[in-house]
Amino acid sequence: MKPPADPRPNGGEPLLSVEGLSKTFQDRQLFSRFRGAGVRAVDSVSFSLDAGETLGVVGETGSGKSTLGRLVLRLVEPSAGRILFNGEDITALSQRRIRRMRQQVQMIFQDPYGSLDPRMSVGSIVAEPMIVHGLWHGGRDERVLEVMRQVGLQAEHRNRYPHEFSGGQRQRIGIARAMALQPKLLVLDEPVSALDVSIQAQIINLLRELQQQADLGFLFIAHDLAVVRHVSNRVAVMYLGEIVEIGPRDGLYASPMHPYTVSLLSAVPVPTVDRERGRDRVVLHGEIGSATDLPSGCRFHPRCYKARLKAASPGVETVESQGERLPSICVQHQPPPVDGGGGHVAICHFPERGEDRSQVAGRAVEFSKGAG
Amino acid sequence: MLMSDGAVLAVRGLHTVFPSEAGPVTTVDNVSFSLGAGETLAVVGESGSGKTMTFLSVLRLVPPPGRVTGGEVTFEGADIATLSASAMRRIRGAGIAMVFQDPLTALNPVFTIGDQMLEVIRAHTAMSPRQARARALEVLERVHIPAPQQRIDDYPHQLSGGMRQRVLIAMAIALRPKVLIADEPTTALDVTVQAQILELLAELRGELGMGMVLITHDLGLVAKYADRVAVMYAGRVVETSPIAQGFGQSRHPYTRSLFRSIPRLDLPADQPLTAIAGQPPDLARLPAGCTFEPRCFLGNGREDCRNERPALSPTTSDRHLSACPHWRTLLDAEAGA
Repeated sequence: MKPPADPRPNGGEPLLSVEGLSKTFQDRQLFSRFRGAGVRAVDSVSFSLDAGETLGVVGETGSGKSTLGRLVLRLVEPSAGRILFNGEDITALSQRRIRRMRQQVQMIFQDPYGSLDPRMSVGSIVAEPMIVHGLWHGGRDERVLEVMRQVGLQAEHRNRYPHEFSGGQRQRIGIARAMALQPKLLVLDEPVSALDVSIQAQIINLLRELQQQADLGFLFIAHDLAVVRHVSNRVAVMYLGEIVEIGPRDGLYASPMHPYTVSLLSAVPVPTVDRERGRDRVVLHGEIGSATDLPSGCRFHPRCYKARLKAASPGVETVESQGERLPSICVQHQPPPVDGGGGHVAICHFPERGEDRSQVAGRAVEFSKGAG
Repeated sequence: MLMSDGAVLAVRGLHTVFPSEAGPVTTVDNVSFSLGAGETLAVVGESGSGKTMTFLSVLRLVPPPGRVTGGEVTFEGADIATLSASAMRRIRGAGIAMVFQDPLTALNPVFTIGDQMLEVIRAHTAMSPRQARARALEVLERVHIPAPQQRIDDYPHQLSGGMRQRVLIAMAIALRPKVLIADEPTTALDVTVQAQILELLAELRGELGMGMVLITHDLGLVAKYADRVAVMYAGRVVETSPIAQGFGQSRHPYTRSLFRSIPRLDLPADQPLTAIAGQPPDLARLPAGCTFEPRCFLGNGREDCRNERPALSPTTSDRHLSACPHWRTLLDAEAGA
């Protein structure tokens, strides 16, 4: 199947462009002839990202979103597809050239505890990337202090150690380390999900400031749909290794086309009592499947509410699947990309749009009705 | 004030202290609340606010060297703060059960879930192994585990995170407790699974008439599932109110700040996030006055806020309490806006 096209609204050379990117992990057994089929962690993913833009990637555990981030950084080797950074194909770069590329592509990790060396002072943590990349020619103390100031750390913090800081401050240290090389692109893997809510906002606001100052591109990977909506210009939704929907933020949140996106949005409770209790919820069947044993046809069909609605409506041909009758097209055929306009694309046989939009989809994502 | 008649669990003036190099640190400071049968109380707060420690104190499970140094705990009308260790063991599980955040570490990896459930059931009842197994199957079915006959002999690693959490809930309700304390029961789970687990808890609460405590940091879950809410900061309850009237018309600046600092799907996408200034409080070095004063948008620099630690007091209603003496300013600002 062709991956959904991703027409970019503003044209020109994207900062990052990914075409048909895939990663299959082979499980190495003791006896190699018993080797399994492998895990298709990321499957034919395509998107692009401009300078100064944030592409949010949402998905649940096992959706492949973290593997996608690591592929972009070439921390894991892609099995197929191309990655272009500033127009240059970096898919097949040698290790030495990858290292040079990484000056411009940096990563921020989820865990501000595990990702900092406890034996290094803050000053050395921030200086280390410059030393590694041969940019340390003495007298760079200035630069260390400048970066620390940029992320809201004080000069006197430079001689302290990570354990002396709270989670939020540690995340600032991680951001300072990433910013030390003046990158063009940041891959952020759940950068605020380990932080308390009062600190999340500090870090989100800081990231936004840094982005505006340096025209940074952000690949922002997270499971929190409200956080992703807040930070992103465009959003990609992943399910079992595929991007099932991608589009400009407002369109995707206001009128999601893929039943999985609808289900995700419907599961997020909002903190306004009348609105929350007045909402309908889509109940998903079961849990996310496993990438080792992918369902046939559409990967989402075993859990999809829309497939069940469709199976009950006239004129839809159905087949028996796991004890239920589901539309045969969902069970047997890969869904095609559906273009919702303006770069909003979903892969689904029965997308939620136009006259085919189910009532439950409308009510489930109606966040602002109710209390008014 | 907080005590309502017929409360299944009532706590008054609970204090828990940990020794430290800098002197004793009070992790639970004069906490009071009550819980009715069939009621859900949400306890909201950030890490270190004392929300988990409060309920470990109620169950007398505070890890040493911590110690409960004061307070009354009444369960079904009887004082349990002074019970013997063995009498307390009977209350835990059969009277008050707790479900923890991380469903992987709460289960023993080398025993099947059936072994672990039977151990709990038989420790608290006189059931034979056969009866206990029947009970285990019954509750596994009740928490909607598919094919419980097969699942009961699985090891924890064979189950998904959501299924493990269902097993823990099944263990917690196997003894038909009167109170279920759910400590961040879905924080480690995906959002669609979270919705399933919370729907399950709400369903069980209704069927079994349990009082439920939902410890969480997610204000959306509070809006959806709770009847009342208590907000904790630095070991104290700083605000408590019924959800229907009080949630969203908060009378404490900390609660207000929490609402302003989270991105919300029910507000425009470009809403600015107002971060709470400064860092979370260091319990060993709390200010003499209001513990939130150093980060407060309202109290900043006020003489009385810095000198005196305000008590939780009634506001416009004696069901809506706030530990901020300036709560009227919040309401006035709202009326003016």
